[in-house]
Amino acid sequence: MSTSAPVIATPSYEDATARYEAVIGLETHVELGTASKMFCGCATVFGAEPNTQVCPVCLGLPGALPVVNEAAVRFATLIGLALNCTIASWCRFARKNYFYPDMPKNFQISQYDEPLCSNGWLDVEVEGEIHRVGITRVHLEEDTGKSLHVGGATGRIHGATHSLVDYNRAGIPLVEIVTEPDIRHPEVARAYVDELRELCRALAVSDVRMDQGSLRCDANVSLRPRPAAGQPDAPFGTRSETKNLNSLRSVERAVRFEIVRQAALLDAGERVIQETRHFDEASGRTSSGRSKEEATDYRYFPEPDLTPLALTSEYVEALRAVLPELPAQRRARLVAELGYTARELQEMRNAGVLELVEATVAAGASPAGARKWWLNELARRASDAGVEPRELAISPAQVARICELVAEGKLTDALGRKVVDGVLAGDGSPDEVVAARGLAVVSDDSALRDAVDAAIAGAPDIADKVRGGKLNAVGPLVGTVMKTMRGQADAAAVRRLLLERLEVS
Amino acid sequence: MKGTRLHMTDVSGISTPVESARTDDVVRLTAAATAAAIAAGELSAEEATLAALDRIAKVDDAVHAFLHVDAEGALATARAVDARRAAGERLGPLAGVPLALKDVFTARGMPTTCGSRILEGWRPPYDATVVSRLRAADVVILGKVNMDEFAMGSSTENSAYGPTRNPWDLTRIPGGSSGGSAAAVAAFEAPLSIGTDTGGSIRQPAAVCGLVGVKPTYGGVSRYGLVAFSSSLDQAGPITRTVADAALLHAAIAGHDPLDSTSVELPVPPVVEAAARRDIRGMRVGVVRELAGEGYDPGVQAAFDAAVAELAGLGAEVVEVSCPHFTYAMAAYYLIAPSECSSNLARFDAMRFGLRAGDDGRAGAEEVMSRTRDVGFGAEVKRRVMLGTYALSSGYYDAYYGQAQKVRTLISRDFAAAYEQADVLVSPTTPTPAFPIGDKVDDPVAMYLSDLCTIPSNLAGGPAMSLPSGLVAGLPVGIQIMAPAFADDRLYLVGGALEAALDARRGHALLDEAPTL
Ligand SMILES: [Zn+2]
Repeated sequence: MSTSAPVIATPSYEDATARYEAVIGLETHVELGTASKMFCGCATVFGAEPNTQVCPVCLGLPGALPVVNEAAVRFATLIGLALNCTIASWCRFARKNYFYPDMPKNFQISQYDEPLCSNGWLDVEVEGEIHRVGITRVHLEEDTGKSLHVGGATGRIHGATHSLVDYNRAGIPLVEIVTEPDIRHPEVARAYVDELRELCRALAVSDVRMDQGSLRCDANVSLRPRPAAGQPDAPFGTRSETKNLNSLRSVERAVRFEIVRQAALLDAGERVIQETRHFDEASGRTSSGRSKEEATDYRYFPEPDLTPLALTSEYVEALRAVLPELPAQRRARLVAELGYTARELQEMRNAGVLELVEATVAAGASPAGARKWWLNELARRASDAGVEPRELAISPAQVARICELVAEGKLTDALGRKVVDGVLAGDGSPDEVVAARGLAVVSDDSALRDAVDAAIAGAPDIADKVRGGKLNAVGPLVGTVMKTMRGQADAAAVRRLLLERLEVS
Repeated sequence: MKGTRLHMTDVSGISTPVESARTDDVVRLTAAATAAAIAAGELSAEEATLAALDRIAKVDDAVHAFLHVDAEGALATARAVDARRAAGERLGPLAGVPLALKDVFTARGMPTTCGSRILEGWRPPYDATVVSRLRAADVVILGKVNMDEFAMGSSTENSAYGPTRNPWDLTRIPGGSSGGSAAAVAAFEAPLSIGTDTGGSIRQPAAVCGLVGVKPTYGGVSRYGLVAFSSSLDQAGPITRTVADAALLHAAIAGHDPLDSTSVELPVPPVVEAAARRDIRGMRVGVVRELAGEGYDPGVQAAFDAAVAELAGLGAEVVEVSCPHFTYAMAAYYLIAPSECSSNLARFDAMRFGLRAGDDGRAGAEEVMSRTRDVGFGAEVKRRVMLGTYALSSGYYDAYYGQAQKVRTLISRDFAAAYEQADVLVSPTTPTPAFPIGDKVDDPVAMYLSDLCTIPSNLAGGPAMSLPSGLVAGLPVGIQIMAPAFADDRLYLVGGALEAALDARRGHALLDEAPTL
């Protein structure tokens, strides 16, 4: 055997997946949007000054004791119910012991062999096909603090001269949602996280901002050879765990990269090492991670400072009764009631505007109009401004009003966009912006009639052609009128009026 | 070898208006008598406090019970009590009474060391619930008293700040881990002390110092602000000279606390009333067969038998009960307590409070943690952290921690069966009287045997009291009374009656026989 590093040929993704089947399981951490922390009364506001939302409990000071936040239990139970899980009538917290400076007590209060929720599933749709992903468990735990490594390159611990720790995040309630190794494709992994995110949003249990870390995903990936026809499935291969994927795109890319990387190893007769890996956004590659904890033995044992969690069936059933409409149900309803196609729904979901479109329709807009404004105009502005569409300073009701004005012919699309500008600039409601900026379409007054007559008089040859039946020849006249009116006219109305004056309609 | 005394406020310079002779009388008053004298205007809280501070200044060099004396804070509390009494306010039954607080509780304005180097210099920013209840009861907190490091030990020799001495014989241990509490009360430095009991740490020192010590039912007294040794076993309770004083202090600190999830939402048992009743006719007293025999000093056994005979003389029905699994209590305890402590003590890592060693600007966080824990923890703490880490390790959990929890269940069943035949159970508190300082430091297992009789109550959670039963070669020993969970009042009923009978037979309290310091 050669001692030099083997050169491993990298197969294409298509080649890799033709010969190997990927086995993918996801572990997702969701920060719950409770007002206070998991085991103390400290606030949970994102972005507060470091170490201003702390107390003896979440700093792990000697003598301090945890008390369970009921809201966190409620939120976790809602998630479990929405994921079709069994909710434990009796379960316990456990201590996960390991040393790390951002872990105040050097143990994390989590759940081990007695999770709050278990045995559920979530259906994920990719290109019209439903994939059922089994949910192994959903459990409650506390978040750690956040380390900031100073003095080195790019905030990494290597080369840093010192580290700062912010304990504001320490003790924020988290749920960990673990899937069965049911996923076979990177696109399904991505769609699962997307669906889970929508679910949490619908339940109002988290803001699920992947960019702010309130939803974080780890992907377990292994490969096994595809069986020959008629043969049973091969056993699972050794898996890698890629940590802290912080966008939907990263989930898909990291899994895809791992599939190709592992296929190359297997092709070369090498072994896949069971390890933690990190995904680099810039290169799109994963790399072997230096383990955060040296020891992998967490010495779990039941948390003696907390009594067992014993939810009554009344408590669970009361929550089941108030479960809101879940994303899959809503999509089915939108298709049935509003007539969107599956593809249109998907576009609106991807753009993060589905709820907004729905609210806009509810405020009186047509489904097509609401979709068009949010998807084309407002999603683009949100992305230009680097915010989520729902963070734009315009409400669904205001968008509905703009749709209405356009439908009534009082605004053109171009004018509507100007009204959007005004509303976003804080100039008031659509009607106020129209009035203040004089944006109303001129459709039926003398100015427009004069412009129409002048256009006809100025191009008698074109007028004759139209009169002769060539209706499409009216285009240049419309352009002339629009120019005269400086755009403040509805092109369709202008065309209608021209044809009227030319006595061909 | 004498340890360094840290944080010891100099009290020798305080001028005292109390005559020396009067001081001696005042410090010998029970807590109830002190409070009564203050309420009647015969004694001011300031006088009582000055007398205690005076006594500390006089004897604590020899006893070394205190790690920190807060003379200023104590006098401020006392003066406030006097002012309020003068204004006609009705005060609580312990208002103005001085108390020595085990240094395992957090209290604002004072350091908390837990007898460990690793907490050197730490001043907690918050009060333990026990402390806030003491403050609400207008108890005067004199300061912090010595203990085995993180409550791990039975002799107070494991304190990083030097051993405490037994006032009955300064060459002997005062018991532990609440040795400073017991020594302070036995040396008349304070009529009251709060200790904690994980495997006998209140009862054993009380027994070997000739005092009353009570471990309340687990969950009866809040653990918030009690620096945890073993969370499922730790419980705070009183160490006093009389059963009545213990009842008053118990009532002051007990009751549900929303900050401690393991604290129970039940009314505090009527301990003060029970302590005064003294009628135990018809009560069934069960003598535990397994807590006697080999390893028990014959003198201890004789004093115990005499106390049981006294109970029979008071009209109690004495029966023998068997608790066969008590034999495994020690082994189970030394798996559960170290397991929990290995996790509880993980937070002492130099990152946020206390000692930081080896931070030379080059060492990483892990190395600083490791160096700090190396120099900050004593040998017994390290021994138990390692034991517990091992017992919780994957592959060993079921064999050790899991089995120990099963033994715990069996011991609870033994208790339940015994309480079908008896209302309370009794045993000697310790197998022997106080041993000489240094005698067992190299033999941890021999030291562990001090808690043979007391551990079962911690494992099962029920309350237990130690009460002076007599002297063995001039050294006090105790009888332990145990009761079912949440029936703490039974301890006081039986203890109050027995104490009165034994004092009457003797003609005085046992502590009166202690040598003068
Ligand atoms: Zn907090």
